[in-house]
Amino acid sequence: MIRVQESDFDVGQEIKNLTNGNHAIGGVASFLGLVRDIASDEEISAMTLEHYPGMTEKMLEEIEAEANRRWELDASLIIHRYGRMEPGEQIVLVITCSKHRKAAFESCEFLMDYLKTKAPFWKLEETPEGGKWVDARDSDDTAASRWIET
Amino acid sequence: MKILYFAWLRTTIGKSYEEISPPDTVRTVENLLDWLPSLGEDYSIIQEKRDLLRIAINQEYANLEQKIKQGDEIALFPPVTGG
Repeated sequence: MIRVQESDFDVGQEIKNLTNGNHAIGGVASFLGLVRDIASDEEISAMTLEHYPGMTEKMLEEIEAEANRRWELDASLIIHRYGRMEPGEQIVLVITCSKHRKAAFESCEFLMDYLKTKAPFWKLEETPEGGKWVDARDSDDTAASRWIET
Repeated sequence: MKILYFAWLRTTIGKSYEEISPPDTVRTVENLLDWLPSLGEDYSIIQEKRDLLRIAINQEYANLEQKIKQGDEIALFPPVTGG
């Protein structure tokens, strides 16, 4: 499942909903991304996430389908927020459930790496000098490239 | 065809989308990127930042050689920074 939303989410509740009644699941891995108050030595008072409605959902669905092709998962969830958020707020949540931990851990990391380089989101940070669009990082491309199948 | 702009492309060009009617000689994504700066001064960013730009046709990533046609939804945007 994927969800793109402006509102916040409850991690505990999401895990409960995802695993509820499915007793084949033996392990759950999750990643929660938060807004930081510092980036490149600059103070950030808030950030606004812009996205491409339609393509965002399409890309997240493709990424999730790819994870399900590569690992045997019993359930998975990607939630990504958009709009204005302040430091400490939750931005993104990935949950993966499988019979054993290896598939859950690996697919969770894969989903985050792929999401960061493929899902059409852009961060605008509010700094003391005004709004700044965040530059993409080469390290994110490197992280995603290790999953390329040979 | 409809073209959408995101992030600093949107703020520089000053609109989030518009209808464009490129001439028949504009057949590929590459042709389109060559033609767009002729729309006005604000569009010169497309030339200046060309190496950074990502392109989607009908909400799928596209490369420079890909063909474009009437009715397509084209999007231009900087490298993504979500997560």
